[in-house]
Amino acid sequence: MNPADLRYTKEHEWARDNGDGTVLVGITAFAQEQLGDVVFVDLPKVGSHLQQFAKLGEIESVKAVSDLFSPLAGEVVGLNPKLKDAPELVNQDPYGEGWMLKLKVQDPVQLRSLLSASDYEAHLKSQSH
Amino acid sequence: MPDPLARTLLYPAHLALGARLVPFAGWEMPVQYNSIVAEHLAVRNNWGLFDVSHMGRIQLSGAGAAALLDLVVTSGAADLPLGRSRYGLICNPEGGILDDVVFYRQTEQRFLLVCNAGNRAVIGAWLTHHAQRVAGAQLEIISDQTIMLAIQGPHAVQQADGLFSGVPSSLKRFTGASATFQRTPVFLGRTGYTGEDGVEVVAPVAVGLSLWNALIGAGATPVGLGARDTLRLEAGLPLHGNDISPSINPIEAGLERFVRSTGDYIGKAALDELRAHGSHRKLVGFKSAGRGLVPRHGFRIMRANGQIGEVTSGAFSPCLGVNIGLGFVPPACASPGTSLEVDVRGSRQHVAVTTIPFYKRPTR
Repeated sequence: MNPADLRYTKEHEWARDNGDGTVLVGITAFAQEQLGDVVFVDLPKVGSHLQQFAKLGEIESVKAVSDLFSPLAGEVVGLNPKLKDAPELVNQDPYGEGWMLKLKVQDPVQLRSLLSASDYEAHLKSQSH
Repeated sequence: MPDPLARTLLYPAHLALGARLVPFAGWEMPVQYNSIVAEHLAVRNNWGLFDVSHMGRIQLSGAGAAALLDLVVTSGAADLPLGRSRYGLICNPEGGILDDVVFYRQTEQRFLLVCNAGNRAVIGAWLTHHAQRVAGAQLEIISDQTIMLAIQGPHAVQQADGLFSGVPSSLKRFTGASATFQRTPVFLGRTGYTGEDGVEVVAPVAVGLSLWNALIGAGATPVGLGARDTLRLEAGLPLHGNDISPSINPIEAGLERFVRSTGDYIGKAALDELRAHGSHRKLVGFKSAGRGLVPRHGFRIMRANGQIGEVTSGAFSPCLGVNIGLGFVPPACASPGTSLEVDVRGSRQHVAVTTIPFYKRPTR
């Protein structure tokens, strides 16, 4: 269910290695399900420098608001332009069209410190008890 | 240990439909079945079904029933024609709003009053207490013997006609009448809380589940409290506990037209005074120019770096595609077009005062 080629955080973000020193970042299917209809995604400006696991912004749904955390340290080099007018893409396609930002990663080895899909699934199971 | 949450008769139906259930006013209610935005749009474009059985329902009867309502409700009842409904406020002697209610004149001497779920006990006690002062007024609290459903949307009346033998379309807006469902008498009101046309049904518990199932079977979209809130906000309707409360009076809340200046009722002296001397604050509507962080209840309204008021309700509006809300500001800042800022978790969101309702049904 959670794509095997991604790495995950305990806070329900994912990172996709683009193979060129950059990653795409988004939130998981579980996270969007918990939030409900996303109405606004508050992201940092292009050029911002983020620490690993630092708060990068907020995601607001009809009923809730949640902090977003950066899976990796790096520089924001791109934002998903579709999210401004269609934040519901996060609900509809959290691993595809609903991607949030593109990071130029300081240290790609950091990806290995994140959870694999099966570790993330185990984390979800342990949370539900 | 806190009391467990109450459940309406339709709780198993909500579970079966996969609803997400949340606490609301002491009840375990569906906030959404699917997506709040999808449910909202289903009501605006098609027809939706709400379980509102958690609300209070009180039958007032006898020669003194109209006089009792005259005493406790700001809009009065003695002059209410047969079959009509009316909205009003029940105020304390200081003019603070104990609840906002809708009541229907069913016969010369019988009324049905509907109050908010969270105020069932307060309003029941208030009416019971004041009935002692009015000869010939009897009360029966029928909340637990009945269910209540709201069927709302441009296709609601036409669809409801199929279940109620054409009675819905025979009703003018804001009137009510008896009908039958499965040979059981029910009461229908052409009223609602969404800004759409539709009917609300009060039915005995014995037919509640089969009425719900029949409506779902006919294609109604089940709609939870999440969309109920965004719909009423788009329609500019206040929510007791958010926009109005015992510490808020109808004059400052923009509900003056429901406060009569004749007769005598609880709170009249205070409200006459408030009407004469003006309010220090006014409840206004506001909206953002585009999408952004959502202003919510309790957030500060700012102008030139100082707090001037606060948000009482706020949400993203699915129909307008921007954020909308209600809040209190000084009368000098209440004109439509006035620029304001809302402090949303430290970030300033620009909004402008606007007239309500935010959304009006396109004329067909």
